[in-house]
Amino acid sequence: MAFSKPIIISVKDLVKNYGDFQAVKGVSFDVFENEIFGLLGPNGAGKTTSLEIMETLRKKTSGTVLIDGLSVDNDQNAIKKIIGVQLQAAGYYPSLTLLELLNLFSGLYNVEIDKMAMLNKVGLQDKAKSKYKALSGGQKQRFSICTTLINEPKIVFLDEPTTGLDPQARRNLWDLIRDIRNNGTTVVITTHYMDEAENLCDRVAIVESGNIIALDTPDSLIDKLVATGFERKKEVKKANLEDVFLNLTGQEWRDE
Amino acid sequence: MKKYNQFKAMLSISKASFRSITRSPSAVVFSLAFPLIFIIVFGFIGKGGGVYVDVCVKPGSDTQNPIYKALSSNSVINFKKTESEAEMDSDLYKGRTDAILYIQKNNVNGNNFQPPFTINLQTSNASQEKGQILEMIINDIISHMNAAMLTNVPTLAELKTTQVTVHREYKTIDFILPGQLGFSMLSAGVFGTAFVFYNLRSTLVLKRFFATPIRREYIVLGECLSRLVFQLIGATIIIGIGWAVFGFTLVHGFVTIAQMLILSVIGLIIFMGMGFVVSGVAKNESTIPPLANIFTLPQFLLAGTFFPISAFPLWLQPICKILPLTYLNDAMRKVAFEGSSFFNPVVGKDILILFAWGVVVYFVAVKTFKWE
Repeated sequence: MAFSKPIIISVKDLVKNYGDFQAVKGVSFDVFENEIFGLLGPNGAGKTTSLEIMETLRKKTSGTVLIDGLSVDNDQNAIKKIIGVQLQAAGYYPSLTLLELLNLFSGLYNVEIDKMAMLNKVGLQDKAKSKYKALSGGQKQRFSICTTLINEPKIVFLDEPTTGLDPQARRNLWDLIRDIRNNGTTVVITTHYMDEAENLCDRVAIVESGNIIALDTPDSLIDKLVATGFERKKEVKKANLEDVFLNLTGQEWRDE
Repeated sequence: MKKYNQFKAMLSISKASFRSITRSPSAVVFSLAFPLIFIIVFGFIGKGGGVYVDVCVKPGSDTQNPIYKALSSNSVINFKKTESEAEMDSDLYKGRTDAILYIQKNNVNGNNFQPPFTINLQTSNASQEKGQILEMIINDIISHMNAAMLTNVPTLAELKTTQVTVHREYKTIDFILPGQLGFSMLSAGVFGTAFVFYNLRSTLVLKRFFATPIRREYIVLGECLSRLVFQLIGATIIIGIGWAVFGFTLVHGFVTIAQMLILSVIGLIIFMGMGFVVSGVAKNESTIPPLANIFTLPQFLLAGTFFPISAFPLWLQPICKILPLTYLNDAMRKVAFEGSSFFNPVVGKDILILFAWGVVVYFVAVKTFKWE
């Protein structure tokens, strides 16, 4: 990751106002091809708004956003064909089975897909004939991610993908996201989990109140902090309680 | 890259939406079960129709006279089981019986001008119509018997009657079934569309669709298409059962069925527009039923679904006459029973009014519909 890669997303001076409220106050960043790029920050910081603007789901107030060279103002349909989107807490037709829902999305993207192979990728092959409403929270998130891959996108946008999941499901989802990146897709995620940003992202932009206050790889950010003489108050343990739990209960996909 | 086909995307939404509708219990209940239940109930009520006059005969009444015998064999007269005089009077005052009859045999004693029998008839103000029918029947019997007794008396006029058989007998089902088709389209169009679009919007299903290349209008069209197909299947089942089990009149056979289905589609499109308005205006799911009822309840009651609008008082008639369902029901009945074509002036007027309603409804729908 030390060599420079082509830029696939370019955001310059992005501003979004809702009436008087300034949700995004002029942020600029680039996303490199084939990296996992994170927008990290508390709720209400402007991460989801920025993401939705990149996904062409929301209009910006001003600034330039280019997705693979395409403008979010003028080339929306072309952008929609090359991206996959996972929304926070989105639903699907609840009484349809996963196979039927995959049929729906393959039609919406005008592509032919191997449905069982797609479900395999996210470990839901056993639930192919189950209705969406019968799935657990973790399974629903996995299915959502599955739908983002249907059109073999260049970029996948994930909005808080592991919120509400237990440790097993989170770890497994991280592995899945890494697989997606390893297959050549660029991943942009928003999160408010520090450990997720640290473990998963190649580079992180820390967002606060509509501004990006830092942007670098997690290691560089930590190194920079330590270089200022920062010292952690408690001695750093070699493991934490989450490691204990995972070690005790195993890392397999767990049917919740 | 292949050109994106909006139509193909739209059809995949229709397919998914159709599956969703068929698995929704409320859709099946309102579109199919309720109308069928009403048809069955009203269909069976209709089979026992006919005019009856309930008559109580006072104790002590002479029952050996020819008039009484003629009354007994008349199918319109229904002699109620013998009761005490007090019970009869009470029934008459309570409106439970139509008339009390007392025939007295007079002691004539060779007086040719006193009639041998006097027929005393007591009716109530609640049974005026039936009382008049009974009077007419009794007078008719008397005049026939007079004419038989006095053959040489000249008469002013003589009455000759003939009876024709109608081409088609208008049965209750002929009135009820078109009304129920209208009811099915109304409830599915307004409630179904309102709930579906409200939910698609609030559960962010719609938003997920926006992230795909499909255009927004095609999403709506896809949903509407699936509801249309579902309702047409339901309408065909209703017409089929009405025809096969209750003898619903289809004057021109398959052509009539096609005409009724086309009218159903026109009605459904208008009612779906109303559903769009409700889905956009409702602030949360629990306000959908009351809002939807504003559109459906007046039409359900006043549009001639269960009984003709002529049954309503004059001051209510103008309201009945602006409701779109009134015209849908009217057109359906004319097409089904009289075999009118769409070019018939009355049916044509009905359709034009429906189109006008469609324009108004969709104008409002476009302004109130919310995408997120």
